[in-house]
Amino acid sequence: MSIKEVESQVISEFEMFDDWTDKYNYLIELGKSIPAIDEKYKQPKYLIKGCQSQVWLHASYQNGKIQFTADSDALITKGIVSLLLRVLSDRTPDEIINSDLNFIDKIGLKDHLSPTRANGLTNMIKQIKLYAMAFKAKNQKNQG
Amino acid sequence: MDFDIQKIRSQFPALDQQINKKPFVYFDNAATTQKPKIVIKRLIDYYNNENCNIHRGDYFLSRQATEAYENTRKTVQSFINAHQSDEIIFTRGTTESVNLVASSFSKKFVNKGDEVLISAMEHHSNIVPWQLACKERDAQLKVIPINKNGEIIMEEYYKMLNEKTRIVAVTHVSNSMGTINPVKQIIDAAHNKNIPVLIDGAQAMPHLEVNVSELDCDFYCFSGHKMYGPMGVGVLYGKEEWLNQIPPYQGGGEMINEVTFAKTTFNKLPFKFEAGTPNVADVLGLEKALTFISSIGYKNIQKYEKELLQYTNRQIKNIDKIKLIGTAGKKTAVFSFLFDDIHPYDTGVILDKMGVAVRTGHHCTQPLMDFFEIPGTVRASLAVYNTKEEIDQFIDGLKMVRKMFV
Repeated sequence: MSIKEVESQVISEFEMFDDWTDKYNYLIELGKSIPAIDEKYKQPKYLIKGCQSQVWLHASYQNGKIQFTADSDALITKGIVSLLLRVLSDRTPDEIINSDLNFIDKIGLKDHLSPTRANGLTNMIKQIKLYAMAFKAKNQKNQG
Repeated sequence: MDFDIQKIRSQFPALDQQINKKPFVYFDNAATTQKPKIVIKRLIDYYNNENCNIHRGDYFLSRQATEAYENTRKTVQSFINAHQSDEIIFTRGTTESVNLVASSFSKKFVNKGDEVLISAMEHHSNIVPWQLACKERDAQLKVIPINKNGEIIMEEYYKMLNEKTRIVAVTHVSNSMGTINPVKQIIDAAHNKNIPVLIDGAQAMPHLEVNVSELDCDFYCFSGHKMYGPMGVGVLYGKEEWLNQIPPYQGGGEMINEVTFAKTTFNKLPFKFEAGTPNVADVLGLEKALTFISSIGYKNIQKYEKELLQYTNRQIKNIDKIKLIGTAGKKTAVFSFLFDDIHPYDTGVILDKMGVAVRTGHHCTQPLMDFFEIPGTVRASLAVYNTKEEIDQFIDGLKMVRKMFV
């Protein structure tokens, strides 16, 4: 499935929720169920600092695709992280670079990604895109 | 006068709105308070009809604005019972007031090996300016310890005052915990050794009557926006003897007497410390904030806020796995807390959904959070316009948080 297809899948899942409590309960569930990042990556090197909640992000590159694992100390943040990884992990660098992620807006979670929201998510997306650009550059260098 | 909460609330347009389809409960008053209509109207009137630069223009409007501005200085003087209006310096806020003293006082009086005393519960704005000053003057910043309730340990403080101490700078009321410090004892003990004291009054002025003559503090700093006034204006009270001795903080227009390229002589107090065009509109707005507070009276404010404090304390204790940070015997209606198992950010998000605005994080007091070994707290801070119904909505919000994060 393309990024767009996964995004529409997420959007239709969220359309089923009647009110905000259902939606946030779901995010909390997602937060609990995300495969936790390997403990060895939970160190300052992989930490994306938010003012309040923190996000750890690790990337690896295999067979032309990037795998991300991530974790956060806040459950709601972690739930949103898991949605982002569902869309963005196991993708080629180009797919990631070209993604606009507007599903976040459509499922009503946009303000969690506002730069004023001190949860580390804005920086996490920046970091994901930076990884994609870095792996792409490395790839081209190896091929060239 | 009778305390009529609905009448008070009706003066604050911002309180009358819905957030997430629920009545808006504003519990972030320690960050900034909402503004009453008279303050807002004062700003509009000034810019509509009175705007001009002051102290210079020889025309009607300028004379009128100058008079209004200087009258506010007198209003502030009598509001905090300073000896004279020259001791009232208008600044951008508490932060600038502290920076002014830290910088100018240190240049004159702090030297290599000297000590500056602050407490462990200070806001960053009463830490960092002193760190900068101490670094520049090769002096030492010493920190008065606090106990687990969030109170200054006075015996330790007395021991720390010595012949090297040049100044003591402590907060009147803690922004993170609401602790009301025994500033009178702190000042008296320092004065016994001829050491001056600066008090950060940002969190005290909205709640407590402050009498600088009675306190006998040497400097007192506060902000307009935390006491129902506009943002961008604050006050530094300083005893004349000190303000005359310390050098100017910023150079520019207004603060000079005579300027040549060779040298400048400085204007007298208070203008020596008010370089550049003053923030006239906000100063006039601040005057109306004082009018608002006076119209209720500090006695009534304290009595009512104490009721809110006790009402919240009774309810918050019944919530499962909640821990209050800051349980001083004397405190304002500030509740810093944590759930054992829930991140402050998560709590804040759900409370926001429930229409309740609180602050989460370290509240610009990182060393204090380190002391309690926590990353941050959720802080609900109340003001005179808050109600028991709002506290109920807040408590319902906490119960909802509890339910959602089983």
